[in-house]
Amino acid sequence: MSINIIIQITIFLSILLLTVKPLGIYMARIYEGKPAGLNVLLAPVERWIYRLTRVNPMQGMSWKTYAVAVMLFNVLGIISVYILQRFQYFLPLNPMSMPKVAPDLAFNTAMSFATNTNWQSYGGETTLSYFTQMLGLTVQNFVSAATGIAVLIAVIRGFIQKQIDTIGNFWVDLVRSVLYILLPLSVILSLVLVSQGVVQTFTPSAKAELLQSIRDTDGKTVTEQVIALGPVASQIAIKELGTNGGGFFNVNSSHPFENPTPLSNLLELLAILLISAGLCYTFGYMVRDRRQGWAILTAMLIIFIPCLLICVHSEQKGNPAFNDLNIDQNVSAFQPGGNMEGKEARFGIVNSALWATAATAASNGSVNSMHDSYMPLGGLIPMWLIQLGEVIFGGVGSGLYGMFAFVIVAVFISGLMIGRTPEYLGKKIEIYEMKMSALILFIPHMCVLIGTAVAVVLPEAKAAVLNPGPHSLSEILYAFSSAGNNNGSAFAGLSSNNFFYNIALGLAMFFSRYWLIIPMLAIAGSLSKKKIIPVSQGTIPTHTPLFIVFLVMIVLIVGALTFFPVLALGPIVEHLMLRGV
Amino acid sequence: MSKSHKIKPLFELSIIGPAILDSIKKLNPKHQIKNTVMFVVLIGSMLTTGLWIQAIISRGEEPSGFILAISLWLWFTLIFANFSESLAEGRGKAQAANLRKARKDTLAKKLLEPKYGSEYEKTSATMLKKGDIVFVETGDIIPMDGEVIEGVASVDESAITGESAPVIRESGGDRSAVTGGTRILSDWLVIRITSNPGETFLDNMIAMVEGAKRQKTPNEIALSILLAVFTLIFLLATVTLLSFSIYSVSTAGSGIPITVTVLVALLVCLIPTTIGGLLPAIGIAGMDRMIQANVIAVSGRAVEAAGDVDVLLLDKTGTITLGNRQAVTFIPTKGVNIESLADAAQISSLADETPEGRSIVVLAKEKYGIRGRHIHELNAKFIPFTAQTRMSGVDLGNGKEIRKGAADAIEEYVKQLGGSFPEELKIIINSISKSGSTPLVVAEHKNVLGVIQLKDIVKGGIKERFVELRRMGIKTVMITGDNPLTAAAIAAEAGMDDFLAQATPETKLKLIRDMQAGGRLVAMTGDGTNDAPALAQADVAVAMNTGTQAAKEAGNMIDLDSNPTKLIEIVEIGKQLLMTRGSLTTFSIANDISKYFAIIPAAFISTYPALGALNIMRLNTPASAILSAVIFNAVIIIALIPLALRGVHYRPANASSILRDNLLIYGVGGIITPFIGIKLIDMILTALHIL
Repeated sequence: MSINIIIQITIFLSILLLTVKPLGIYMARIYEGKPAGLNVLLAPVERWIYRLTRVNPMQGMSWKTYAVAVMLFNVLGIISVYILQRFQYFLPLNPMSMPKVAPDLAFNTAMSFATNTNWQSYGGETTLSYFTQMLGLTVQNFVSAATGIAVLIAVIRGFIQKQIDTIGNFWVDLVRSVLYILLPLSVILSLVLVSQGVVQTFTPSAKAELLQSIRDTDGKTVTEQVIALGPVASQIAIKELGTNGGGFFNVNSSHPFENPTPLSNLLELLAILLISAGLCYTFGYMVRDRRQGWAILTAMLIIFIPCLLICVHSEQKGNPAFNDLNIDQNVSAFQPGGNMEGKEARFGIVNSALWATAATAASNGSVNSMHDSYMPLGGLIPMWLIQLGEVIFGGVGSGLYGMFAFVIVAVFISGLMIGRTPEYLGKKIEIYEMKMSALILFIPHMCVLIGTAVAVVLPEAKAAVLNPGPHSLSEILYAFSSAGNNNGSAFAGLSSNNFFYNIALGLAMFFSRYWLIIPMLAIAGSLSKKKIIPVSQGTIPTHTPLFIVFLVMIVLIVGALTFFPVLALGPIVEHLMLRGV
Repeated sequence: MSKSHKIKPLFELSIIGPAILDSIKKLNPKHQIKNTVMFVVLIGSMLTTGLWIQAIISRGEEPSGFILAISLWLWFTLIFANFSESLAEGRGKAQAANLRKARKDTLAKKLLEPKYGSEYEKTSATMLKKGDIVFVETGDIIPMDGEVIEGVASVDESAITGESAPVIRESGGDRSAVTGGTRILSDWLVIRITSNPGETFLDNMIAMVEGAKRQKTPNEIALSILLAVFTLIFLLATVTLLSFSIYSVSTAGSGIPITVTVLVALLVCLIPTTIGGLLPAIGIAGMDRMIQANVIAVSGRAVEAAGDVDVLLLDKTGTITLGNRQAVTFIPTKGVNIESLADAAQISSLADETPEGRSIVVLAKEKYGIRGRHIHELNAKFIPFTAQTRMSGVDLGNGKEIRKGAADAIEEYVKQLGGSFPEELKIIINSISKSGSTPLVVAEHKNVLGVIQLKDIVKGGIKERFVELRRMGIKTVMITGDNPLTAAAIAAEAGMDDFLAQATPETKLKLIRDMQAGGRLVAMTGDGTNDAPALAQADVAVAMNTGTQAAKEAGNMIDLDSNPTKLIEIVEIGKQLLMTRGSLTTFSIANDISKYFAIIPAAFISTYPALGALNIMRLNTPASAILSAVIFNAVIIIALIPLALRGVHYRPANASSILRDNLLIYGVGGIITPFIGIKLIDMILTALHIL
């Protein structure tokens, strides 16, 4: 591992960790309703929104009411994005005169953006009008992220409250998430990105004369190139901050108008993990035991860092098939070395692998390099991070509440091992919490495995893969892993814009988002009604290295045991074959 | 565990025979469906058996010998799991058979009128109903549970308690409950029957030890859910594997898809059969350990709750201190001579049958030569102690009223009569209290004569047990009728965390409620009727077998030895039960890692020879690898039966160190053991040329 790799990774992680505490405290104070600067300044706006929408911000909701509000709001979001796509031709801000989007693709895209997945079966610049991108997708980028954070805050309230039936007000949590956290951060980030060269315009695509004409696949001579433009910066900021990941352009963050410079790359990378990492601290702050927040963040890092190093190492080591061809794959002053296929020269190996790992650990799913072209192990890491259930940082809000399901299982087993019915933060973990956590663990696995199993036997679905051998299994598995865990990252190498994938992946996204949110809210409601048991010598501390390691083991073992067989037939065997075993 | 009980051997031949038979009977799907994990194994066994039949009559998917071997070991997996349950039940059944002997039909003497000497008719004990009155005398067996309404008798309760020393049962007070099936050794009793046939204590006890009334406890249900979700995930992973395998074969262009036999083998190896199979046995064995400690739990829920207890409420007398406080000195008030104090103290204690009362009489005689008198000679009326007055004494024929009791009770008494309480005595009382002794103030009418110092003796070894409890995170609270100063001194001497002084049934109940409102789980012991409300409120309530019917009904456990320190043992058994479940769950899941390395390369080597690199155990052939994993999976159940029945080792320590130790043993051990086990089985299979 070269010094360069270590320095880059260290800088990235250090900056990230420095933001955790201030951002964490800021967010906690926002949800606790304590003065935190912006919420004093914008308080009239918040009040005005409630008056306009006739929301009584003081009214608490039971978990069921909260869940109904979440569902109503999200279903309306899905419907509106669908309609926008179907009628974009008649709507303003369509300088390229994009036609209406096909129903299955519109369904897929609506599901994708409402569920914070941002799987993109469409190519942005060739399918959607500026109006659809802004009013449909960018709005969903904000509110789907806000929904995730709101649900998390409701769950945290479940831990804090003693014998209370309500878990907060969804509308208040939603408004505060957008108004005080997502909007201000996005505004700052988009301005900085514009300074780096990210475009922000309503003008139609530009055209440029080619210096040398070329022939396309049909044999026609091509003399000019269309350069896609649009209101990019505003969408990119929230795309990273809200762990959405849906790019303005088809090639996502490898496009020079989305991610032009190493600095923009670093900032976007930070934005991917920023809120999810900060929320760990918010959690610790709100439960009045900051060690609990650090413990979970540490558990995430314990999984994240080795995965990152394996990915970097695997890419840097290069392709063994090239060794026989006497191709130099070593790092030198003139080349980054390693496997550069599908990577941008301006990012190199480390920043590509770092992005791949961060965007799949968090349920961001944006890419600045093509995962399909990674080495088998390098590609295995992002896929496996997704399959772990999007709990290593995960989506904003959803990553941490997903982690709570694992914490509940870890607390349960470790509680039994010391001879005490389990408790977490003083709340007894009983049958009801166990049932709900079981659902949360099971649903994403079910979506991924059943989806992939069906796809590999359907001729229509099999025809969509572009590569033969074990790699093709990886491509299909990656697609369903991504949708079934609300990541949205694409391995590529799969022509997924067809009826089967649009519908199947759309359903997977829906189930793995809402069938997790509802049981999670149920847990919040149940915990909120319970007493808090005082800590004693007989209580397992949940902030110690021992517990952190145990939690990590539970996450890894559940993920490894479920997916080992299929991974063995995909990337693992591909790796072994490539190494000539 | 208490040394007084004989530890039963784990495997008795008389139990093993029927248990084997029973474990085959339990293959009935109706029984298996109660346990998700084992039900999946049953379906798998049926499926592979079907495939084996297909293989012998036509062309099978695998060689018939291989399918047969897999099927047989899958059936063994089921039988081994059933065997563990049958064995655990068998131990209870043997005990139940002994108890049944005590329930033989007896002829009862049913009284026509509820008093001694009334005429009676002989009826079968099974015909008796609640409310009937019966008469029993020397040699009779008490026909049903009841309450003594007249008489005193010594009773042999060994049929229930196993303790051969006779106990005294008498009307009124805290020793009035009698149990059906016990025998009168001397004298007679008139008993009111308190239960209907089939609902007696003995009936309940038989049902309990047989496991007939066993319901899954909340924690067991939560664990079952976790095991079910693991089963479901693995079911999904294996079923979809068929589709991935077919796809891989077509894209690689070589090999054959994975067979159903191998998929079933993989599934059974992955699902948590070890804990799933042993789970019922662990629960039954937990109850059994309680029974061996001579504690009858009304439900499994109570046993489980015992492991969670945060606070133990212990009565001072008999639990923390030796029952008898001894009178050691008389200290008279200024102006009263010591002899008259001793005299008054003795007179007031003559009819007081408590050990304290007797020790006063003894002290008066030994130190001051005051001879014993008979209370009838003095024409005196004895005023008994009550929890409300907290005084006792005598009203003499000559109009003298002598009272002795707690300082504040006497102070109130003399003030009512217009007297005053001497200030200098208060200093003496305080110093006696501070030293941990009990001051007993004696007054004659409105004149306070002086103080008797009663000394409490803390039981040997009890302090160390409280240290252990503290290490387990359990707080101990001493309950006493003493004043706060005395209580504090004794609590400090015994090393307790807290005390409740001047306890009344109301304050006890309030203490429990307050602690529960603070989220704590409270355990207590009790025997008297006045304990009943507190017993009913406590989460774990152990009633003494010598206690009243009301106390027994209010409690959720009954200690046949009537030993209040048993509570500590009960907590340990409860914890051990949960720990056994948790440790075996961890072990079971940790086992899966090695099984993947055995089965995955074996299953797909024909499609992708490169996967042979995952065969890190270097197992001989694909067939022997798969069979070895299945055999290991079955055999480990048998190997762990002793652990399941005995429970994992428990030592009092804080939560973190117990967790660390158990994770090392059952987690890390659970990862390594099967690698060794599967390799060994593979070597044996290869050496025997079986596959």
